[in-house]
Amino acid sequence: MRDEDELRERARKATGKKAALGPDIDLGEYETAPVPHQYLADQELCMVPQAERQRLEMAGVDVTQQTRGGTYFQKDTTVVHCGVKQEGIEVLPIRVALERDEWIRDYYWKLVAVDADKYTAAAELQLHDGYVIRSLPGASSMYPIQACLYLDKDGLQQNVHNIIVAEEDSELHIITGCTTAPGLKRGVHVGISEFFVKRNARLSFTMIHNWAEGVLVRPRSVAQVEEGGLFVNNYICMKPVRSLQMYPTTHLVGEDSVARFYTIVVGSPGSAHDLGGRIYLKGPGSRGEIVSRVISNGGNVIARGHLIGEVAGIRAHLECRGLILNGGVIHAIPELEGRAVGVEMSHEAAVGKIAQEEINYLMSRGLSEDEATSAIVRGFLSVDIEGLPPQLKLEIDRAIEASDKEMM
Amino acid sequence: MLLIEDLQVNIGGRAILKHIDLEIKPGETHVLFGPNGSGKTSLIMAIMGYPQYEVVAGRIVFKGVDITHSPINERAKMGIGMSYQRPPTVHGVKTRQMVHICAGGRPDVDPEELASRLNFASFLDRDINAGFSGGEIKRSELLQLLAQRPDLVLFDEPESGVDLENIALVGEAIAVLLEKEREPGNARAMSQVKRERSKMGLIITHTGFILDYVPADKGYVLYDGVLSCSGNPAEILNWISECGYEECAKCAMKTS
Repeated sequence: MRDEDELRERARKATGKKAALGPDIDLGEYETAPVPHQYLADQELCMVPQAERQRLEMAGVDVTQQTRGGTYFQKDTTVVHCGVKQEGIEVLPIRVALERDEWIRDYYWKLVAVDADKYTAAAELQLHDGYVIRSLPGASSMYPIQACLYLDKDGLQQNVHNIIVAEEDSELHIITGCTTAPGLKRGVHVGISEFFVKRNARLSFTMIHNWAEGVLVRPRSVAQVEEGGLFVNNYICMKPVRSLQMYPTTHLVGEDSVARFYTIVVGSPGSAHDLGGRIYLKGPGSRGEIVSRVISNGGNVIARGHLIGEVAGIRAHLECRGLILNGGVIHAIPELEGRAVGVEMSHEAAVGKIAQEEINYLMSRGLSEDEATSAIVRGFLSVDIEGLPPQLKLEIDRAIEASDKEMM
Repeated sequence: MLLIEDLQVNIGGRAILKHIDLEIKPGETHVLFGPNGSGKTSLIMAIMGYPQYEVVAGRIVFKGVDITHSPINERAKMGIGMSYQRPPTVHGVKTRQMVHICAGGRPDVDPEELASRLNFASFLDRDINAGFSGGEIKRSELLQLLAQRPDLVLFDEPESGVDLENIALVGEAIAVLLEKEREPGNARAMSQVKRERSKMGLIITHTGFILDYVPADKGYVLYDGVLSCSGNPAEILNWISECGYEECAKCAMKTS
């Protein structure tokens, strides 16, 4: 109990602490009182109203669950569905885990500091819920597990804490969709995520954000990867959001551990993104890669990346490309920090426009100028992500396809 | 038919093509020789419709339509295709996708089958032109054109950079595009085959190697933006290899 008291105490002291990056949010303007929703059985999940279903699908949620190994669905503060079909995989609400399972304390707030800023503090002091997804040693998820964090009530501040554990030699794929009810005006999403990739485990985490123009988002996530482990972290945000700031961090502590970050972002007018990835390469032979593709359609995007090489023999690369299509700002900030003899790190960053030469080339194959532009933009956004199951590749392609129709 | 009349083209205000007259009839393939920088690539880029090649006088007529100021894609749709020497890399656009684009929705185009003919199947899922060697670019261009099936094909040095192992493949693919493939044992008379040919070609070549695979009807030398000589392609090639392009300078002066 003393641990828990200490966490609360540290959180209390941090309630007024502004974040290091991103505009400050006055959390006092948002409600945090629980919002009850009815639990949905499997069949009921398929029968959500069409408009809501569309929002869910855009965020990569398959309400039929046919191509998913399990589902966690939280609406506002309430878990409306939680179940798993796959052996060796556990999916449960974090509040249940905190009450029932001692082991969760080995992970809870072990990577993210509870007093990092006012958002982490809020997630401790007014935790609504969140998911725990765990693959048992040697288990492998045939189908991805899906999680959805849904904002339904206007003016709510949703506080979520997720813990993901891939035990030794297991393979786990997760797709998380975050979205809002149609027409939602304003809200805040605070999401803490802690990832533990054990020895020789493989974890892919694909997050599709599909917020609304008045929503403020502050995810805080940290991962730790042990010997021989692989962590693939994909982030896709093609839709407007008032302000999103996150800087997910991974610690490659084990020998030959690997982390790959892929980020695809479209900045729309009125949107401000400040995002990036940070990888600490601490294990001998560890490797890191951060790739981002940013399009500005009039939004403001800061694309960060930070590689920290701490031991000899690590290798890492950072690639950040931006296209300014219809105004806006893209600010690429790649950072390399070598702290030992024998590290190998590199970066390439480019912010520019679509090359006329490429448009002409495609036009000479019969495409109109608009079709050529659209093919180039789609190509720009489609990064080859190794180790991703086909269902997830499909979701990413779908998200790109859908936003492409709106952009052009 | 392609008809070019008194074509004058500038780049950035500088004249690079001067009073070009050229006519390619259905079924004919013509060859364009000339030293580096003489305007050969500019000529085919102007025919393709690249806007930086500014037509200041004259006209280009294709299939009876004046296309002098038509956009690139309209010319492509009318049946003009081009094999580039240095095409741009388009990141994220796969070779396979380019084949589909070129096919323009025709269902009978099978990328796998076409690519295997060019020994290029392993490139279908790579970004187009990304890290391709000179010879790979040529095969990629031909693959796209085989899917596009243009009536007039403009080739910019189709054999340069192609290794010995693949030169025959490339030559045969060009022959197929121009309906010049050899058909030994074919029942039809050669004269009939020739009459039925409709595809036109304009080939830029330095070496003339390609003529071993694709018989050409007519050759030209382009020298300093002027078509200085026309005639039998083999004869012209002989002249050039014996006397160099210096001789062409004399002719160019005479014609202009």
